[in-house]
Amino acid sequence: MNLLPLLSSRNQTLTTAQIMLLVLVAALPGILVMAVFFGSGILMNIAWLILCAAVLEAVVLKIRNKPVRKSLGDYSAVVTALLLAVSLPPAAPWWLGLTGIFFAIVVAKHLYGGLGYNPFNPAMVGYAVLLISFPVEMTRWLLPSGAVAQLPDFSSVLSSFLGQTATTMDALVGATALDQFKLDRGSQTIAEYWTDNPLFGTLSGTGWEWINAGFLAGGLYMLYRNIITWHIPAAVLGTMAMMALLFYDGGSSASHGSPFFHLFGGAAMLGAFFIATDPVSGPTTNTGKLYYGVLIGLLIYSIRIWGSYPDGVAFAVLLANFAAPGIDHFIRLSKQGSSHAE
Amino acid sequence: MQTATKNISWQGLWGNNAALVQLLGLCPLLAVSNSTVNALGLGLATLLVLIGSNGMVSLCRHQLIPAIRLPVFVLIIASFTTCAELLLRAFALELYQALGIFIPLIVTNCTILGRAESFASKNSLLPSLLDGLMTGLGFALVLLVLGLLRELFGTGLILANMDRLLPFAGDWSLQIFSGYTPFLLAILPPGAFLFMGFLIALKNVVDKRMAKPEVAEEVLVSGSKRVRVTG
Repeated sequence: MNLLPLLSSRNQTLTTAQIMLLVLVAALPGILVMAVFFGSGILMNIAWLILCAAVLEAVVLKIRNKPVRKSLGDYSAVVTALLLAVSLPPAAPWWLGLTGIFFAIVVAKHLYGGLGYNPFNPAMVGYAVLLISFPVEMTRWLLPSGAVAQLPDFSSVLSSFLGQTATTMDALVGATALDQFKLDRGSQTIAEYWTDNPLFGTLSGTGWEWINAGFLAGGLYMLYRNIITWHIPAAVLGTMAMMALLFYDGGSSASHGSPFFHLFGGAAMLGAFFIATDPVSGPTTNTGKLYYGVLIGLLIYSIRIWGSYPDGVAFAVLLANFAAPGIDHFIRLSKQGSSHAE
Repeated sequence: MQTATKNISWQGLWGNNAALVQLLGLCPLLAVSNSTVNALGLGLATLLVLIGSNGMVSLCRHQLIPAIRLPVFVLIIASFTTCAELLLRAFALELYQALGIFIPLIVTNCTILGRAESFASKNSLLPSLLDGLMTGLGFALVLLVLGLLRELFGTGLILANMDRLLPFAGDWSLQIFSGYTPFLLAILPPGAFLFMGFLIALKNVVDKRMAKPEVAEEVLVSGSKRVRVTG
């Protein structure tokens, strides 16, 4: 494949494979920061899921009598695997990732007709299946370095990946900042609560604020390269910031957290730039993308604050996927209506 | 006669299967198939009601005034459902409580009304009984397979709590996977749709394979409408 267009001017028409490669490149800063804060487990997740995705994709393509090499070469399965892998807890057991990627590639993508036909974001379908089916394993996040003296060494990460319950890991697993924030903090103000707890950093969770900064940088690069338009990320993040501002109240004991806490916590930036912008499962019109993004932002904030899960990107995106064809339909309808009126 | 019997059995069990082809009675099918014992219990109850109502409708088919035939069918089905409900309550109280509202809801199972309208009201007693038996078996078998699969993936064992239905089957519980982390989705409602979808797909694949050597076998019993919902 010709890699030259990747480096040259930004207004060239790119093939699917080149776009997917650029998405992978854009995800690198976020992934590297994740590896710094959570150790090698995250890289192991990524490698394992990419391997599984490639094998599953090849097998399904073979069964469907489609050209294996051509479809496998568009890297879309790799992007799906990557997005699912960074959503899984670091050093998750191998079968967790395998189950998730099976539902992502085989059920959500190919049973619905393959790339371009899937109504739901495959990576998020895989994530939702896992979260509903294996709530214990899916919430065993490692503590970020900074909140814990040292990260688990490679051998304990490996044994945890192989499914053995390493007792050395138990002390290194704990609540994420968003989990911790959902707990009752009594009469403490946010400032008091944060100073006592190593899980919280300057703006948001320890580690998480930098991970989100990494994905924000990657997202801005994708914007610059015209791979995505600004509509969806701006609407998602703008709505989240607006909601957070409305319910912030300056940080009292009943406060729901500052806009910075929400924009730089959990999967906010990953969701806004990398997941919600999936061109297949989202709306096609620019106005539609704005409505779609607002819906996702509202849902993420609502699930975080009033729902029973600490973060809500997956469910927010899947619910908005349901709404996407409807949004497009009504936008086209209103456009036709206005042209008739003229 | 021989070919008619064969045809009724074939259509009820496979060719025009109530659950896999007509997609009738899906509500109870999806709701109670989360364990083998529930699935078998509801499958047998539906089978009994179906045989009874088919026989009764066939017996009084000459007395029926066409304009009010549907209310009469429903009354007959409701009577047999009440019998099934009381039987379950008397001999399998725990199962009765586990199945809950889905026992009385057998009345609304479209499979039963469908067979009464399209078959039993036009045929004599014996074929009607056979049709009830075969359609009911087809429905119960799908329910059983779905129950087995969902229980296996959702808990790692099969045939748990079978003594709720069969008093002598208390120790039938089989651990298939040991050290298995339950795949909760399988016993939750989405799992029902998922596994049902896979079963329908499997049936269509098998049909396609079978259609290649022999194209025949599509002769229908007179009056039996083939209601095919799936493509």
